[in-house]
Amino acid sequence: MTGEQDDLEAQFAQWRQYVRRRRELRQTDTDELEDHLRGSVEELRAAGLRADEAFLVAVKRMGSLDELAREFAREHSERLWKQLVLTGGTDDPAVGGRPRRELLAMVLCAVGAAVSVKVPELFGADFERDGAFYGPNAGLLVLPWLAAFLAWRRRAGRVVVGVLLALFALGAVAANAYPLAEDSQSVVLTSIHLLIALWFAVGVAYVADDPRSPRRRMDFVRFTGEWFVYYVLIALGGGVLTVFVFGTFETIGASPEDFVGRWLLPCGAAGAVVVAGWLVEAKQSVVENIAPVLTRLFTPLFTAVLLAFLVTYGVTGGGIDVEREALILFDLLLAVVLGLLLYSISARDPLAPPGPFDKLQLALVVSALAIDVLVLLAITGRITEYGTTPNKAAALGENVILLANLAWSAWLLLGMVRRRAPFAALERWQTNYLPVYAGWAWVVALVFPPLFGFL
Amino acid sequence: MKVAKDLVAASATPMVLGILAEGDSYGYAILKRINELSGGELDWTEGLLYPLLHRLERLGHVESSWQSVAGERRRKYYRITSGGLAELAEQRRQWDAVVGALKEIWPGSGETRPLTAVLRGGFA
Repeated sequence: MTGEQDDLEAQFAQWRQYVRRRRELRQTDTDELEDHLRGSVEELRAAGLRADEAFLVAVKRMGSLDELAREFAREHSERLWKQLVLTGGTDDPAVGGRPRRELLAMVLCAVGAAVSVKVPELFGADFERDGAFYGPNAGLLVLPWLAAFLAWRRRAGRVVVGVLLALFALGAVAANAYPLAEDSQSVVLTSIHLLIALWFAVGVAYVADDPRSPRRRMDFVRFTGEWFVYYVLIALGGGVLTVFVFGTFETIGASPEDFVGRWLLPCGAAGAVVVAGWLVEAKQSVVENIAPVLTRLFTPLFTAVLLAFLVTYGVTGGGIDVEREALILFDLLLAVVLGLLLYSISARDPLAPPGPFDKLQLALVVSALAIDVLVLLAITGRITEYGTTPNKAAALGENVILLANLAWSAWLLLGMVRRRAPFAALERWQTNYLPVYAGWAWVVALVFPPLFGFL
Repeated sequence: MKVAKDLVAASATPMVLGILAEGDSYGYAILKRINELSGGELDWTEGLLYPLLHRLERLGHVESSWQSVAGERRRKYYRITSGGLAELAEQRRQWDAVVGALKEIWPGSGETRPLTAVLRGGFA
């Protein structure tokens, strides 16, 4: 008898989980419906049915969940919209404390990031003039706070915290140990690559609860995309705020230029890094992810442009003018193509059969590869002719890394379109490749300056 | 015979308010009571009942409270408010008019009463 009761409870638990996935139904609704279901089950059992039979009949009587949810949505249409409330907006008292603590932690970290940006000024650094200091150190001042917030949220273990500390310490060395002139190539390279390397350190904090899982790594890819979108949105809002600060204060004869340049801009930009991270975490299940939507929009457009480029190149027959800018441009192009690929992978149903969109993606990747091979041929010719610089070497390295990724992705995509390989292979390839980017970024930041004589 | 969907929907509010006017109750019991009253001919679903209860709550016709029953189970009880009683009286007036008029045109369906008597004496 107790075994039967346990089975029944397990079934109820399963049902609750199933129902909770419906956005239209709140926790209290689920409770109410569960009470209803239990009433129904009790009556059926009293009529002589076994527990599992009674449960089945009761659930069947309740009708399809779709229909139920639709009826609820008609009364509570607002639930399909907003839902991102600052304190979590939960009506379940059991979990009510956590969002509030989370909000507090977020505010703490955001303020910490904002203050960190201003601290170097106490020691004589100037945000507007000391590019050589602020460039390489920007990530070091801000990203630890985001990493701290995420690590706190994931209840990271000692090992992860240790790894994080080590990575950021290593970053501090890379940023400050080398004697780099403000106008050197290396200072720009270090600034960019250290930022990328430290972002992957944030990734370590993000996957703290299960570092080896490919699913968590893919979640970090999603997080990065959504974070970027949110950051841009916050920046736009900040721009509007700045305009109003200027406009209103100037009408009363005060000039806010100094305040905006020294406080509002740097502190806002730093704080927004944490706020955007928190937003992504808080709204995960609330709003449709926007990065994959953008991917869907732009994949066909980019494919068309790349194909048009190839055709034009073939028709005119001229060479590619590979200046340094051109190499960086094509690096960025590959990065964008990779991003388009990555974000549609992140949103794809792993079990769905290959469709026209997958073929379109294959076309995109193959045309990007073709263009890149042309560029690489041209650039290696030039490097052997004139020798190399840190910039060229970095750009070339990035190109090779992206090329390798895309080439193998194209192969896997082809296998998928021909139904030879599962989608999971492509997903695994991408998530396993992530550390390569981080590794290269560290190499450029740590090894390049001494290698090229701090040029 | 099952009552048409539109008619079920139209009569839902006075039905629920009427049942709650008898005493506080909760979803499952309300549904059972409706079944009992109509001899099973009113086809009510949970998708009709609970959103309706929530709407009535939002409009202030009923109020709800959670009470624990049997162990960890919680149950949401609904109570009719004075606003709900006023709404019920108004709905009842309207239904009386409809039922009275129908009885006038359908002679022979049960006892026939003059329309004025129906209006004065009510439906009960």
